[in-house]
Order: sequence, then structure tokens, then C-alpha cells
Amino acid sequence: MAKDNQVLEEITSKEYEHGWTVNLEADESPKGLSEDIVRFISSKKQEPEWLLEWRLKAFRSWQKMVEPKWANVKYPEINYQDIIYYSAPKQKAGPNKLSEVDPELIKTFEKLGISLTEQKRLTGIAVDAVIDSVSVATTFKEKLGELGVIFCSFSEAVREHPELVKKYLGSVVPMNDNYFAALNSAVFSDGSFCYIPKGVRCPMELSTYFRINAANTGQFERTLIVAEEGSYVSYLEGCTAPMRDENQLHAAVVELYAMKDAQIKYSTVQNWYPGDKNGKGGIYNFVTKRGLCAGDHSKISWTQVETGSAITWKYPSCILKGDYSMGEFYSVAVTNNYQQADTGTKMTHIGKNTRSRIVSKGISAGKSQNSYRGQVHVMKRATNSRNFSQCDSLLMGDKCGAHTFPYIDVENSSSKIEHEATTSKIGEDQIFYCLQRGIDEEAAVALIVNGYAKEVLSQLPMEFAVEAQKLLALTLEGSVG
Amino acid sequence: MSAITSDIDLKEKIAQAFEQTPDRKNIQRTEALQHFQKLGLPGNKTEEYRFFPITRALEKNFDFDQSNPIESKIKSIYQFLIPDLEANVIVFINGIYSPVFSKVISPENEIIISDLRKAVNQNEAPLYFEKYLKTSADPFTALNTALWQDGVFIQVPAKTKVEKPVFILHINDAEKEQSICHTRLLVVLEEESELTLIERSTSIGTNNIFHTFAEEILVKENATLDYVKIQNDEGKLHQVANSLIHQSSKSKLNTFTLTMNGSLIRNNFNIAIDGENCESHFYGLYLLNGNTIADNHTVVDHIKPNSFSNELYKGVMDGNSKGVFNGKIFVRPNAQKTNAFQSNRNILLTDTATINTKPQLEIWADDVKCSHGCTSGQLDEEALFYLRSRGIPLNNAKAMLLYAFAAETLEPIKNTELKSYLDGLISQRLNKY
Amino acid sequence: MLTIKNLKAKVEDKLILNGINLQVNAGEIHAIMGPNGSGKSTLASVLAGREDYEVTEGEVQFLGKNLLELDPDVRACEGIFLAFQYPVEIPGVSTVNFMKTALNKIREYRGQPSLDAVAFLQLMKEKMKLVEIDQSLLSRSLNEGFSGGEKKRNEIFQMAMLEPKLSILDETDSGLDIDALRIVANGVNKLRSKNNATIVVTHYQRLLEHIVPDFVHVLYKGKIVKSGGKELALELEAKGYDWIKNEMELV
Repeated sequence: MAKDNQVLEEITSKEYEHGWTVNLEADESPKGLSEDIVRFISSKKQEPEWLLEWRLKAFRSWQKMVEPKWANVKYPEINYQDIIYYSAPKQKAGPNKLSEVDPELIKTFEKLGISLTEQKRLTGIAVDAVIDSVSVATTFKEKLGELGVIFCSFSEAVREHPELVKKYLGSVVPMNDNYFAALNSAVFSDGSFCYIPKGVRCPMELSTYFRINAANTGQFERTLIVAEEGSYVSYLEGCTAPMRDENQLHAAVVELYAMKDAQIKYSTVQNWYPGDKNGKGGIYNFVTKRGLCAGDHSKISWTQVETGSAITWKYPSCILKGDYSMGEFYSVAVTNNYQQADTGTKMTHIGKNTRSRIVSKGISAGKSQNSYRGQVHVMKRATNSRNFSQCDSLLMGDKCGAHTFPYIDVENSSSKIEHEATTSKIGEDQIFYCLQRGIDEEAAVALIVNGYAKEVLSQLPMEFAVEAQKLLALTLEGSVG
Repeated sequence: MSAITSDIDLKEKIAQAFEQTPDRKNIQRTEALQHFQKLGLPGNKTEEYRFFPITRALEKNFDFDQSNPIESKIKSIYQFLIPDLEANVIVFINGIYSPVFSKVISPENEIIISDLRKAVNQNEAPLYFEKYLKTSADPFTALNTALWQDGVFIQVPAKTKVEKPVFILHINDAEKEQSICHTRLLVVLEEESELTLIERSTSIGTNNIFHTFAEEILVKENATLDYVKIQNDEGKLHQVANSLIHQSSKSKLNTFTLTMNGSLIRNNFNIAIDGENCESHFYGLYLLNGNTIADNHTVVDHIKPNSFSNELYKGVMDGNSKGVFNGKIFVRPNAQKTNAFQSNRNILLTDTATINTKPQLEIWADDVKCSHGCTSGQLDEEALFYLRSRGIPLNNAKAMLLYAFAAETLEPIKNTELKSYLDGLISQRLNKY
Repeated sequence: MLTIKNLKAKVEDKLILNGINLQVNAGEIHAIMGPNGSGKSTLASVLAGREDYEVTEGEVQFLGKNLLELDPDVRACEGIFLAFQYPVEIPGVSTVNFMKTALNKIREYRGQPSLDAVAFLQLMKEKMKLVEIDQSLLSRSLNEGFSGGEKKRNEIFQMAMLEPKLSILDETDSGLDIDALRIVANGVNKLRSKNNATIVVTHYQRLLEHIVPDFVHVLYKGKIVKSGGKELALELEAKGYDWIKNEMELV
């Protein structure tokens, strides 16, 4: 026991690896939120009138809404007037070539292990990098362009492809969907936009790296992915932030739109700053992610590895509208120290013969609280639908909590729903078995936890799987109670 | 808890009955009334009552200005008894204890049954009354505590086995007009005692019935309780039952709740496992048809270490019926080495029936084994094919499988007459498919 | 008794049976052998009426009736019995109650009176001896917690109880040790008469040492590609299925 505690101590005292800041000169809005700030953001981005109107509508809805309190998380009241809603790293307007990008920025991303220089073409991943609130660079654009794939920053999409943005913006997550989505709709500053034309199988992974750099800022980006009939795209998202004593708000919106026979695979490795071991600082990660399987036989698959953030409030969901459409949700959520996570998914079965699958693995250590919250709703019309959910929790130590809140609502007799959940700790016999084979305790725990999360990790694209495994081991090695 | 504006009048109207309540100066009643007024009636946004439209039903179907409990013309209770079961029978008619129909057959040294209204002012009852069932937690517990008209206090002395079960029968007579009543039960099983307690609620007549029921049962060290609740009510019963069973160390508990009929049936059933080495089997079955809504909210709260609980609730929904299951398992920070299992299985027979289920685990201790599972679906196709391939026609095969599905919940029942009675109710219901 | 003509069946757009022709007469035992995936079990399932398979072509006559038109339970009443490769476990349904229901339904179909409890138990005891099955197994839920061997023995017990005209044994030997194999085979042999017939579906020759077939058919890619006497099974055992595959590829 004494040894375990020591190991636990070592781990929890481990520094957050991405906790550096960079001295980037930033172009910021004043603190606080009002119609003027919304207008300021819109004019900074030289947006068309319809988009400003859309933002203002969202803002007015937001003003009438109250912050949701149903999640199993506790945090002090957020003062929405004490946040900077717009911060852009200062640089010459519109870098069209990478050589024009601020060298500090390139260094920033290199520290993150992401190359914006196209020499690393071999990795075969196109990257859109968003720092604070603004997209700073997108790689592999021309190559994708040849296939008709549009992959660019949200601002650029508004300028270059207004008809597409206008058509799909808010079509999956309406601007007044919930408190944080409405806030995002009012003040979002940038994000990524992807459009995969009919029948195109996107040849490389598309990826966005988000980083909050400036102090006192919130990050409010939006991602919109539209997959036309018969197309396929795999999209990756990664996030980090510097260590700061105060909490920072991240309220993003992701919308996925899949037409007939289209497939979207969306993977996230979320490693925002979780706060220190006493629970000071860290990101409030309040994110709305939703996919619409609009066409028959379409498929949307969410995979997430959540290791960061002080508080996570996130439910990547699927609306299964098309007949035979399919939704998947694979999640590993790790909480340590004073982290709190309330995450899960919502599968809404509307079309006939729709399928969904949920695999959620929660791991709690330290004094953290980890909740799975998910809904499977099978509507009357959704005959012959199927759902299988598996939600497992692993507890390490006796100061943390694991909670499971599944909601299952079924309205027809031909559908079949199965939900299973277990809570357990790492077996002493498993550890002993490893020790007996000469594997030390830290390595044994890493091994067992990775095995426990394997079903989810194996869903990630190769490049991410390695990173995710390292993250898991880093957060949890030896945290056996 | 959110109360919508129109509910405020309703709330006041319901509370009017307080003026006619005996002992209304009693401090517990007054406080309970305040809690009820503060909590208000649950609206459709109230999480715990999301699928149970009781407020709307009370508003629509009842006249709360009508106050006096109505006379009943019942001549015999024979038809409501369990065949061949020798039991101590306690009868309430429209919420009022009936000395005519009640009959205690066990000797006085085995069991003490007394008037709860008298008992709360004397002897030991005040030690236990409202000790675990909190009026601040649920509006109907509060309402019942403020308005209860009658009740019994049952004590089983230490080291005593009550040979004959206690059968509590609630008859709601709505032959001539609506019936509104609130009854109460307090049961204490002293150390190393044993009791089988059966409760049945039934009715006559076609007018509306609103019945709240609250019960507290203490199962002390090494005691054993078998508890069965039968809700097979043909009438327009709107019932909210709040039950709390408190277990001390090494006690054993078997419960079974059968819900088959009624308009709106709500069971808030909590088990507090407040001792080590306890064992609890917590079973339920709801076989619904017509427009019945049955909502089982259960809580198994592991407060102390080293105990075992196993919960199994099953449902078959036909017609336009709606089944609701909400099962919470709590494992408190001290409750190491807890084993807690929960399973909820449902079959929908029509496309107009629904099931809303929410099994919940909340765990704050790491050295535990907990799991829950829930399913909704149809009968197993493989099993159906197997039966048919042996010459059994589709309908018979279905009935056989439905019966097998349902009958598993009878497992913890030991009393043979009771078991065969329940078995009969189930097979009779399921045989028509 | 049974005539299969050009039978084709598919599951989820995949053609599994590709034109089967087979004639089985009363008193005969036919063995159907073939490599994995050749369609053996599918043929057994289609004859018993499993709905997962769609018959796209061909016909099946059984005692003068169009078998394919009948529901699975009616087929059973007509005298078809399938001993399942993987008998399903049915919790809560007691084997005795199940058997009694089945037997009386079949008797009803044949215009015979129902057996009362005493007569039924008498019959059960008699048949239990025949297949060397223990009473304790039958007092449990249907197949629940049975070992592989116990499940197979229970299948043969049911066959003895229901006295079918045509029995189809689907890989009954798989997962059996030598003793269990002998018991199962003895049961089948004892039930054999000039009025009934048996189709033995198997991958290996070893079952056929105990249940000696009159005819052996080799199934490959959904078709019967070779038929012969019992010596064909031995030849197959010696040469292996590759022999058939190679021969077919040459053709």
C-alpha cells in the first residue's frame, strides 16, 4: 500500500507536458460579452451580413438561457463578463504560404509534435492548426483540392464557399441548441471546415490541432464536416493548452453531416490542461458534438480519448435519420487529481433498421469524479433497430468516484437494446501475475489499463493510437489503490 | 423541483384536507405539510417524475374539494385473499383500518400489531417513525406524512420467528364515488427475528382512486424479512408508494413486487444497507397492458462494507402501456468489498408500448464488484425456432418463453401457497399470448 | 420419403446452396459430408424451416407434401426432427414441461389423444434408459448449463420421445468424446427402423463407424459433387477434402 501511494504520488506530481506558453503577440477583444463584442468579432473577420445576424440571434437566445446544472460536476460560477472572447495571434494578414507564417507559430506547433512544414508529407495527414481562436495554417490544401475536397479554416470557408456554409451551419446543432452551443454560435472565431464531394474517399487523414495560448481567453471554435453521397473521411482532432492558474473556458461546436452511403470517422485526443494536483486551474471543456446520418446507409463514428481538462462536459451524439444508418461511440475518459468528467453520447434512432454501438471506458484516480451519461432513444418509426452499449468503470484508490447514468427509451417492439455496465478495480491477481513475470508495478498498470481501453484505442488511426497510449500510461502509471 | 403555476392551486387544494386531519397539530405533520408545499407537485421537467404524469392526472381526474372518506358496502373480503394461505390479515378500506375484516392469528408473543396513530405518541414507535423516510426528499412522502389517516405498527420481538405471514390488504372502494386516501405502515423486526410480510392493493368500482402509501421497515441485526407487494388492481388506481427498508448487520432481505394493473402506479422503493454482511434480493415484475403506466424507482444504498445485493426487475409491456424503471445503486466511500448487481430486462409486445429505463451506478469505493445490465427487445428468435422445430406452435412457444422470462423473478419467494398464487397470476396473464 | 430437387438457398445475398438433388427413402441412412462452409448445416436448417435462409429455387417434397410451404412446427408435426449442432439454452423452461407440450402437440396433429402425466413420465423413463440420460438433467431448465455432450444427448433423447419419420443430425458428433459418441450412436441405431430415415451431417468419418450409412454424399460449394456407398467415407478420410477440391477444380 505504502508503495502504491508513493507511485501514485509520483504520477500525480508529474508535470503537464504541454504546459509551456509562447510569447505570441495577440490581437484581442476587450473582456466581456455584449452585442458590441459579437459585432466586433464579426467585423474583425469581415463577415457577411447574414452571418452577423445569425450570431446576434444566437446571442439573444443565449441571454435568455440558463447554464445547465444537471451534469455531475461542480465548479464555481463562471463570470462570462470576465472572459476575452476573441484573441488572434498577430501576424501579417492572410498567410498564403507557410513561409509567411510567423516562425514562432511554427515552433509552437513543432513543440506539439505537429509539423506545419510540408516536408513531412510522408505522414500523410493534412493539418489545420487553430491557435487561441484562429486558424493559422492548413497544409496539403492543393493536393486535396484536386479531388474537390475542401479543407480550410472556417473563416476561409465563409469567404470562399459561403453557399455551403450558409446551407449547413447550424443544421445539426441549431444555434440555440443549448447554453454553450448558443454561446459558441454568438462568438465563435474560427475552426475547420471540410467538404467531401460525392463518391470521394478522402485519401489522407484530415486533422486539426487546437491550442489555447493567450491568458484569460476562451476558445470557441466550430467544426463543420459535410460528407456527400458515398464519400468517406477520417478526421482527427487534438488539443493542448498552457498551464495557468485560472480556469479557461472552451466551448466548441462540431457538426457532422453524412449523406446517403457516406461515412465520417471523427477521432479526438483531448489533452487540455487539467489543472494542477490541487485542482487549481485547468480548462472547462464544454463541448457540443453531434452528427447527423441524414442519408440511408450512412455511418458516423466518434472515438475520443479524454485525458485533459479540469471539467469535461461532452456528449458526441448521432441522429440516425437515414434507414440502415449507423452510429458509433468509442470513449476512454481518464480523470485524476481533482478532474471531473461527465461524458457520454446520445443515439437517436429515427430511421428503420438503424444500428448504434457504444463502448465507454472510464478510469478514475486521485480525487476525481468520472461519469458516463448516455441516452439511447429508439423512436416508434425506427423499427428493427439495434443498440449495444458497454460502459465500464475502473477505480484506482478510494477517494475517487465512478458514475453511470444511462437513459434507455424504446418505443417499438421490434428493436433490441442491450446495455451492460461494470465497475471494478485492477485485479490484484492481474498485477501479481505481471510481477511474477518480472514486470514492475507501474508497467503492469500501464499494460492492464491499455488492455482495458484497447477496444477503444484500436478505433483510432495509427498515428493517434500511439499518442493516446502514451497519454494513458503517463496519466495513470502505478495509480493502483 | 419545478412547480408550474397551475399546479399551485392544485397543491393548495390537496393540502386542504389537512384541516380535517386528526392530530393536525402534531409537529411532524406540520413540518411535512411545509415540505410538501415547498416541493410542490412534480411537473414534467422534474427529473424523478419525468415519465410519470401524476400531477396532470390528479388535476384532471379528482375533485379535492370533496373531503369525507366515503362509506363502503363491502360484505366480504374472501375474493381478495390468497387461497390456502393462513395469515394474519390486516385490512384497510379506503385508508381506514377495518376491525371487522382484520384477523390476527399468531400468538401475542410472536407479533405485536397496534394502531399506529396511538403508537406514535407512546412506547417505541416514535423512535423509528420518520427516522429513515425523509419528507424533504419526495413530495408524496411529505403529503402522506402530513395527511395519513390510519396505519399499523408491527413489532416482532427479538429471537422470534413469526410462523404465519402478515397479509396487509388495502381495498379501495370506488363503487359510488372517487376515493382519496393516505395510509402508513411501520414495521420493526428486532434482532434475530423472522417475518413474511405481504401487501396487496386492490379495488372495486370504476371511479378514480388516489392512494399514497408510506412505509418504513427496520430489519435489525440477524433478522430476516420476506416482503411481497402485489399491485393487481382492476380499478382506476393512482398510487404512489414510498417504501424504505433499513437493514442492520447480518440481516437478510428478500423482496418481490408484482405490478399488473391500475392507471398510474409508482413505487419509490429504497433499501438502505446500513450494516456489514447483509444480503438483499430485490426482485420485481411488471406485466402491463391497456393504458397502465408503472414506474419503479429503486435505490440500493450500500452504506457499510462487505454486503451483497442483487436486484432483478423484469417487464412485459402490451397494449399502450408504459413501463419505467429507474434503479440506483450507491456504494458509499466506506462500503469496500461491496458486491452489488442489478439487471433490468424488458419485452415490448406492441409498437404502442414503451419502456424508459435508467439503471444508475454511483460508486465511491474502489474495492467493489458492481454491475448493471438492461435490455429491451423481443423474445429470443433462436429459442422460438428451437421450440417450433419440436412441434410447438408459434403462440404456445411465445407463451412458454414469456412465462419463463417472467417466472424467474419468483425465485426468492419461499412460501409455497404464496408462490403458487403469484405463479397463477403470471401464467394466467401470459397464457393469452 | 424426401425428395429434394435443385434446391438453392441464400443468406444475406450469399448463395449457400446451389442446386441440391437428393432422394431419401424409408429405412435408409444418408450421410452428408463436406469441408467447412460447403453448406451442410444450411441444408439441415433449410429442411427444418429456419427463417434466416431464403430459398430462391427448387422444391422439397416430404411424404407427398411441399415441405417449403410449412411452418417449422408443422414440419415437426409431419415428422421432421433436427438435432441441432448448437442446441440453444432456454432458461426458465423446464425440459419436462417442454417435452410434454411438444409431444402432445404432435400427437394432437396426428389425431392421437394427449398423454396424461403418468403415461408421459412412463414414456420418459423408458426413453431415458435408451439414450442413457440422467433424470437430474431433465429436471433442469432446457439445456441450461449443460455440457456439450449433455446437450447432444438431450437432442437424441428428444428424438426418441418424438419418434420422427426423418431425423437430421447436424454435426451431432462435434465436441463429443468417444464415450458420448458411442452413447449417441447407440441411441440413433436403436431408434432406426424400416419406417424412418436418417440424414447424418458430419465433417468426420468417425461417427459413421458407429452409425453405418447406406449412402454417402459429398457436398462442396453448395452442390452434391459425389455420391456413393459407405466406402466413400473411408476414401474421403484417407485422401482428405483436398482430393475433392482438386478434382472439382480440374472439372
